[in-house]
Amino acid sequence: MQASYFLKKRLSTALFIIILLAITAGAVILTGFDFMAGFASIPKAAEWGITQFYPTAESLDKLPDILDKLLETIMLSIASTTIAGGAAVILAVLGSKTMQVHVIFSVICRGIASVFRNIDVSAWSLILLFSFGQHVLTGFFALFFVSFGFLTRAFTETIDEVSSHAVEALKAAGAGYFTIVFRSVIPSAIPRKLSWVLFMMETNIRSATLVGILTGTGIGFSFDLYYKSFNYHAASLVVICIVATILAIEFVSNTIRRMIL
Amino acid sequence: MTALLELKHVAKKYNTGTMALSDVNFSVSKGEFVSIIGPSGAGKSTLIRCINRLIDASGGEVRLDGVNVLNLNKRALQQTRVKIGMIFQHYNLVERLSVIDNVLHGRLGYKNVITGSLGIYTSDEKKQAIEILHSLGLEEQVYKRCDQLSGGQKQRVGIARALIQEPKLLLCDEPIASLDPNASKVIMDHLRSICSRLGITVLVNLHQVDVAMKYSDTIIGMRKGSVVYNGSAQGMKAETIFDIYGSEASDLGIEIGVTHAS
Repeated sequence: MQASYFLKKRLSTALFIIILLAITAGAVILTGFDFMAGFASIPKAAEWGITQFYPTAESLDKLPDILDKLLETIMLSIASTTIAGGAAVILAVLGSKTMQVHVIFSVICRGIASVFRNIDVSAWSLILLFSFGQHVLTGFFALFFVSFGFLTRAFTETIDEVSSHAVEALKAAGAGYFTIVFRSVIPSAIPRKLSWVLFMMETNIRSATLVGILTGTGIGFSFDLYYKSFNYHAASLVVICIVATILAIEFVSNTIRRMIL
Repeated sequence: MTALLELKHVAKKYNTGTMALSDVNFSVSKGEFVSIIGPSGAGKSTLIRCINRLIDASGGEVRLDGVNVLNLNKRALQQTRVKIGMIFQHYNLVERLSVIDNVLHGRLGYKNVITGSLGIYTSDEKKQAIEILHSLGLEEQVYKRCDQLSGGQKQRVGIARALIQEPKLLLCDEPIASLDPNASKVIMDHLRSICSRLGITVLVNLHQVDVAMKYSDTIIGMRKGSVVYNGSAQGMKAETIFDIYGSEASDLGIEIGVTHAS
């Protein structure tokens, strides 16, 4: 009995690894991916990067322009995340098990969040490009939709995890729905919610670059422009600025997180 | 003595098909201290939650002051819940907020949408909160955050939150299950004195038979969703313990005949 239990466990682990390897092998064959050629190209890429992809004194002239665009991108990310956060709180309260008005309503809320979340930010950009054209609003809405979906999901789980006990107590004391939301659900979950918003802000600044390439706005557009006009020095400066910004934002948000949690 | 609370044929069937309560009948007089004992899964928590309708019973009547709680609409139910205080095993406080904030939460049942949502309390309510905290020995902790308190202190905050409701009935769902013996004694002494001095009826779910016998006027024994004993603490016999837990009292280390505290 005991021996067969451990044997079974080991067999199922082995089976899992075999299936994983088979899927990998299948994918490699199907796509015609050559491991050797892939690895061999790495030194070449590094060589190109070192000889071509670095900023020069000349490219530093572009810095004011780049910083301007960078600021626009950061502001866009922050605006879309915070507004999405506000909207997500409402949907998350209605969608949470703790505060659901009705099961069907709760399922609808979760469904809406799921749709927004599972369409990728690049797909949203391309879809919205038709409505808004090459405008900063396209990027704003693309980031807003994805953040909204993601934050709703995160907030819903936070509410169910953190607030359910205190909500039960306030229900028992005869408090009304809105009273419970504002006195218990929101105060008990707010540090975790802020933490999620900060995380989303970091993610959005990263995504905003990609969205910018697609929609022709912000820092992504600058990069695209320099890169396609073979101005690799300026393009590398853009990359350095983005990396520095992301590190700075990460540092700031980690500090804030430590303070609130 | 007049009955404050009366349960008639109360039943609860969960959607999963489990019969949590079947044909539960008992009545509780004003100012009585009643303990409900029984093994885990006997339906004690379900029963206590059926009284203030945190769980909706599937049949029967729960009468508080003669009014059937099960027929009330949402508004009337809230007004009835104001008169029923509740304390919980896990205290159910908003841990991030201060002690006084949590105590004042007990007043939210008296508020309308605006004053409730904004948390606007009168100065009388604030004074009363401080007084209650004093009486429970928490005068040092008034402005501390609840996550800095010990379990026993948190439970006293829970009691303060229930008392500020000025309830007629206090429901306690395993109030000492997460506490050490010293803190347990403090909490049970407070509950007993709330009953004796303030005349508030107390209904407690307990796992500790000895504690139940020491503090209660009446004990209700439950097993598998039914009441198998309803009588005085002194009336508990070895057979009663066997009926409730399915084990001999001596095997469980329970002494029969320990008298009433207070």
